[in-house]
Amino acid sequence: MSIAAEFSGGFSTARVFALVKRYIYLLRASWPRLLELVYWPAVQMVTWGFLQAYVMQTSNAVVFGAGIFIGGMLLWDLLFRSQLGFSMSFLEEMWARNMGNLLMSPLRPLEFVAALMVMSLVRLALGLGPVALLAIPFFGFNVFAIGLPLAVFIANLVLFGWAVALVVSGLILRNGIGAEGLAWTIMFIVLPLGCVYYPVAMLPAWLQPISWALPPTAVFEGLRAILSTGAIRPDLMLWAFALNIVYVSVSIVIFLYLLERSRVAGSLVQMGE
Amino acid sequence: MQSSSASAIAVAQLAKSYNGAVAVAGIDFTCAQGEVLGLLGGNGAGKTTTIAMIMGLVTPSAGSVHVLGVDMARERHKVLGRINFESPYVDMPHRLTVRQNLTVFAGLYGVVDVKARIAELASDLDLADVLDRPSGKLSAGQKTRVALAKALVNEPELLLLDEPTASLDPDTADWIRTHLEEYRKRRNAAILLASHNMAEVERLCDRVIIMKKGRIADQGVPADLVARYGRANLEEVFLDVARGTELLA
Repeated sequence: MSIAAEFSGGFSTARVFALVKRYIYLLRASWPRLLELVYWPAVQMVTWGFLQAYVMQTSNAVVFGAGIFIGGMLLWDLLFRSQLGFSMSFLEEMWARNMGNLLMSPLRPLEFVAALMVMSLVRLALGLGPVALLAIPFFGFNVFAIGLPLAVFIANLVLFGWAVALVVSGLILRNGIGAEGLAWTIMFIVLPLGCVYYPVAMLPAWLQPISWALPPTAVFEGLRAILSTGAIRPDLMLWAFALNIVYVSVSIVIFLYLLERSRVAGSLVQMGE
Repeated sequence: MQSSSASAIAVAQLAKSYNGAVAVAGIDFTCAQGEVLGLLGGNGAGKTTTIAMIMGLVTPSAGSVHVLGVDMARERHKVLGRINFESPYVDMPHRLTVRQNLTVFAGLYGVVDVKARIAELASDLDLADVLDRPSGKLSAGQKTRVALAKALVNEPELLLLDEPTASLDPDTADWIRTHLEEYRKRRNAAILLASHNMAEVERLCDRVIIMKKGRIADQGVPADLVARYGRANLEEVFLDVARGTELLA
């Protein structure tokens, strides 16, 4: 059929709305899809609002010159990709309709989780290693110069990334592939609340306890302390580590619970939208 | 009924409901080691739910499933290495080659000599030419043979097959059936076969269960059922049961 022929023969608004109705039905039936609509604009607004406030209050060029932003960006990406690397390997099995094969095999759920964690590390090394090296010639920022504290930062961020990924994977198992969007967006809540680019003090007082309950907040505060004053804050790292033990433990329980609920709901044999 | 320890499968009062809708309404049956048991029924009769409960992918609302003497609700992991399945509801990663897919599953099932087992399966199932091709690039017949290779990778004592020859041409379907018959004889394996192909069921199955609306409507040896209903073949028996003209007990 020619392109001109596509413009002839009438245009049916009824057919358009029939298809629109199909998407509305899908949205109504999937709370993760609805949440995604609101979530991203809200996260963007809050993040950049607090960052603007920080920049307006801080006239100290040394603070910005020390690589606060690029260091924050690199570690933020590490956090995001540790979760995404886990979630993507998990989603690969959903997209391939391979989950039934895996869950029917002798593979135990915790072995599955361990394999996803390993793949998260592999993806991180492949994805972020070269980027961290590129930051040296491009911006004169050597994240590796942070030394041993960097390893502690990474460990804490990766652990939190896995905790989030475990909950997301459980929700996808339980709710189907319609919850896939959570894998791409959920971590962005940490961007404003985890104070990636500005100190916790920039947040309203009522929001600060919530922020401190997130392990990345301690990591990014620790990063800013090292970059701006050279001070190492073991108290912050211990706090992050203690929180991570709780988060990872709880997320494993939630994952196993949602897996069991999936068996009860029969969603493991109906892995569609 | 045979005892659960002597049976490959022992299902007792097995039931499943989804939000009040009954999918399986308390069924009992066994499948002995070395037996091929057919599970028949129209769409929505409860076959797939029953198989999924036997596999442990769906948790029953009530009742029990024992596989090779193991309670699937409590100790599923003890027996998963000794069973396997093929179903149209699952697939294998398309971008991996057939050899890569079989290597992964051989690893998951604890096969000791992976290379030798894959070579054996490739020979048995005529897969040598496609071993290094991406699984997603195969024809329907080749995909079915690969799925069967995956299902046989651990030489299971119990094989659960859900429509194993659906969408295959008659020649390929016959080839698959012949292979299943040989495997069952060689390994004395039990096979639970869900199928809509009555000729296939008559050829392969020692006994059949006909399900209707989540219940067992009738069961028996195919030839006995055909005789009892006074019909020419199992397909006519199936239609009688599906349309509610089954014999009164």
